[in-house]
Amino acid sequence: MTINEKQDELVADFSMMEEWMDKYEYIIQLGKELPLIDEKYKTDDNLIKGCQSRVWLHTELKDGKLYFTGDSDAVITKGLISLMISVLSGQTPKDIADADIYFIDAIGLRSHLSPTRSNGLLSMLKQMKLYAVAYMAKMES
Amino acid sequence: MDHASAIAAPALDVARIRKDFPLLQQATVYGLPLVYFDNGATTQKPQVVLDTLEQYYTGYNSNVHRGVHHLSQRATDAYEEARKTVAAYINAQYSHEVIFTKGTTDSINLVASSFGRTFLQPGDTVVISAMEHHSNIVPWQMICEEKGATLKVIPINEKGELLMNEFSKLLDERVKIVAVTYVSNTMGTVNPVKDIITQAHARNIPVLLDAAQAIQHMSIDVQALQPDFLAFSGHKIYGPTGIGVLYGKAAWLNKMPPYQGGGDMIKTVTFAKTIYNELPYKFEAGTPDVSGAIGLGAALNYLQQVGLGKIQQWEAQLQEYALQSLQAIPGLRLIGQAAHRSGAISFLVDDIHPYDLGELLDKQGIAVRTGHHCTEPLMDLFKIPGTVRASLSFYNTFEEVDKLVAAVKRAVAMLR
Repeated sequence: MTINEKQDELVADFSMMEEWMDKYEYIIQLGKELPLIDEKYKTDDNLIKGCQSRVWLHTELKDGKLYFTGDSDAVITKGLISLMISVLSGQTPKDIADADIYFIDAIGLRSHLSPTRSNGLLSMLKQMKLYAVAYMAKMES
Repeated sequence: MDHASAIAAPALDVARIRKDFPLLQQATVYGLPLVYFDNGATTQKPQVVLDTLEQYYTGYNSNVHRGVHHLSQRATDAYEEARKTVAAYINAQYSHEVIFTKGTTDSINLVASSFGRTFLQPGDTVVISAMEHHSNIVPWQMICEEKGATLKVIPINEKGELLMNEFSKLLDERVKIVAVTYVSNTMGTVNPVKDIITQAHARNIPVLLDAAQAIQHMSIDVQALQPDFLAFSGHKIYGPTGIGVLYGKAAWLNKMPPYQGGGDMIKTVTFAKTIYNELPYKFEAGTPDVSGAIGLGAALNYLQQVGLGKIQQWEAQLQEYALQSLQAIPGLRLIGQAAHRSGAISFLVDDIHPYDLGELLDKQGIAVRTGHHCTEPLMDLFKIPGTVRASLSFYNTFEEVDKLVAAVKRAVAMLR
């Protein structure tokens, strides 16, 4: 699936839930199922700044595609990491770098998340794109 | 739910009180009526404060102290009347012992800077406590660093109470000032400030009280309690934001140099020498927050009308009920279990991140605060990332406590 197909799928999933508490329930469930980062990658280098809770993100390049794992000490944050990973993980660095991420707004997450959490989500996205750009540069050289 | 058993005699007609606060009548979040338990961060404003601000700006907005015209005189009179109201509220001996500032932080910075520059020498000590807000840590750290002085910290026990015998041991001839909070913004601990002041004064050491979380919950008589400095914020006691108070004994304030230079704080200025104005203007450089001061005066008058005794009684009833109800939630633990407490109730449930819990409470219409509450050293002490803090006001109800408890239960069920 392309990045946009995955985003559309998420938007459709969320649109089926009317209550915000239900949407949170779903996010929390995703958080509990998150592909956890290997403990050895939970280093300060992999910490993303700009989150009230602590967030670790690790990347790995396999067959020209970028894979993300992550963790957080907060479950809702883990759910958000999981959302980001499900959209971006397993794509080429170029597709990730070029991706137009619209699902956050389409779901209404930006307006419903607390500002610090929403900023954290954007920091996460920025970090994932930075990794992608870095891998692109590495692959070209 | 029937609360008859919990409140045999409600101290306040809270339904009537709530009508005085437009925001409590109008505000909804996500379509739900707002339950506001973030009073430690800021309080809502009664109509009379809003009216006072409007009357000021529509009727006599003008700069104070300098104008010869009628409006300026009216504004000056109202501003100085507000100072008298504050002085009377805390029973200060003189109204010129009340300095208007931007807030508690500004007040403490004023003392740390002005007192510190004058009285701190290399090797001297400033004593604070382990439960201080960053506002009562960082200004002292800054001046200590500048002057080569040392910051010492009164430790606390696991309940969040000061270890008073350790405090006594800290007091020696090197201590130049003790700066402690009256009530902990994170745990609600009410500190034995009378004892602290008595012990410090026995060694001629002045005491600054951070009353940001005390002034709205209890009556403070500075002549009885005898703090040398007392700081609080207007917006936490139902007044406007941007206004705060520093009370200081005239004997100390007269010995301290101005904190900032500018208009209003001078008597005469030449390029060779400036003669400073007298108290309180010496410490009020620039155009002050006139509307804020007048609004604060209105807020204090309102509280007097409601009755401080009644407010205190009702808040005690609410707190007792909230503590009991919250502690009945399986897995919930209070952070801070001081015998004597007021205002803030901090808690955690299992190993659930406070941020997650706070977010799900918000989605159920309940405003609480999560995080370290600007008390990072305290969080490190308890080895926790933060807490969920519900802080009460006299306009809160038992029904709101029930809603909080139900919302916590629902959130916990989701997060477990």
